[in-house]
Amino acid sequence: MTEWAAVLAATARVAADLDLAEDCVQDAYAKALVHWREQGVPRRPGAWLTTVATRRALEHRRRADVVRRKLPLLIPDEDVVDETFPDDRLRLVFTCCHPALSQEAQIALTLRLVCGLSSAEIAKAFLVKEATMQARITRAKQKISRTGIPYRIPRLTDLPERIDAVLDVVHLVYTAGYQRGIELARMIRLLLPGSSEAAGLLALLLLTEARRPAQVGGQLVLMEDQNRSLWDQALIAEALELVPGAVRPAGRFGLMAAIAAVHAEAARWEDTDWAEILGLYDVLLERWPSPVVALNRVVALSYVAGPEVALQQVPDDPALATYPYLASTRGELLWRCGRVDEARAAYEEALAFTSNPVEAAFLEKRIQ
Amino acid sequence: MGKYLVMIYDDEAKWAADDGSVMEQNHKNHQAFVEANPSAVRGGGQLDGSTTATSIRADGNGGYVVTDGVFAETKEVMGGYYIIEAADLDEALAIAKQVPSPMGGVEVRPLVNGG
Repeated sequence: MTEWAAVLAATARVAADLDLAEDCVQDAYAKALVHWREQGVPRRPGAWLTTVATRRALEHRRRADVVRRKLPLLIPDEDVVDETFPDDRLRLVFTCCHPALSQEAQIALTLRLVCGLSSAEIAKAFLVKEATMQARITRAKQKISRTGIPYRIPRLTDLPERIDAVLDVVHLVYTAGYQRGIELARMIRLLLPGSSEAAGLLALLLLTEARRPAQVGGQLVLMEDQNRSLWDQALIAEALELVPGAVRPAGRFGLMAAIAAVHAEAARWEDTDWAEILGLYDVLLERWPSPVVALNRVVALSYVAGPEVALQQVPDDPALATYPYLASTRGELLWRCGRVDEARAAYEEALAFTSNPVEAAFLEKRIQ
Repeated sequence: MGKYLVMIYDDEAKWAADDGSVMEQNHKNHQAFVEANPSAVRGGGQLDGSTTATSIRADGNGGYVVTDGVFAETKEVMGGYYIIEAADLDEALAIAKQVPSPMGGVEVRPLVNGG
């Protein structure tokens, strides 16, 4: 994936047109299949592909200049080499995640252009028809060329906001079920070594991924009941190394990673440092208030101050009215307070709101 | 370089509630905006209120239907515009962010073929 992105990013700069760049790169990969079989794989396959693809793009542009193409071109960066961000892939990522594109379009473009997935593959994951996804990608590319979204690293004043947009897309790619989100986060982390949030997002995704083997057979297993020996220790180690850098300064993803890290560091559920987790949620809630964060904070509070205190602070937010996790958390707290009947009613309410069969099976077990 | 139309959309009800002080400051801010961006601003103007609008549609038989009112009824209506020139959308957005619009916001659209 990183190779595809690098080849496409370099070619797009020369082609000044995303469609043309894609065609040239696909062509180069096709040529490689034949060429490499006959002559062996070159020493630097990426460089070979980039040379072939950019040469083709140049040829095409020379021919196109003759017929004076009217289509607007991608606007490339004036400076030849940007000292701070030497990698072409970053331009590609920032262009795909431009805030003038809808987030839906940003995700589709990133999967298509940065990860090299086909429209059919992306359509399948988003449960839309391939033609619909194709149209979405085409519209997004047209918006880029017609409105003059530049193919470059944003200026310094825009950078923090633009990095946030990129990280949001990577996070959504992962939560949509794409393991590629991790690869993407790794790449962004390498490309933006100075961003604590890039480190935070990578750490958060690694820690989430590390716990996946404990979700036996796609079952929802509460962290409390997970078999921690199944957690992927290599991923956890990689993440824990990132966390100190991710919380200085502490951004949204850095704090979420720090919370996940506290869980990862507890050998058993009983060893969890809830005071630390509560403190991190307090900071998160203060700076990025959200009803979901408030709800998670209440769970941490219940282990520090007891379920009775926590029950008083369950957020009463209309935005959460049909959020099954609100009712199930209330159920959990009531159960721990020994209010069994109320707990059952809360679980039944949660069951009514969930459309996820895995969650439903879990809640039914709780009701019994 | 390309040209962009920056449309200022306002909630007219909010202007109606103004005692004139926001309006006065707004005029000063627009002057300051134009002075701060002499090379980018290619034109612009303030529109009279939406009650002064007249819409014309072809009737499909070679004639026209002229009606009182704006083309599409919305809470925020276009109250003014600028034509700006910018190297790319990022530059256009950076300029558009400076356009005073205390009762709403702005919409940025490129002119086809660079205007």
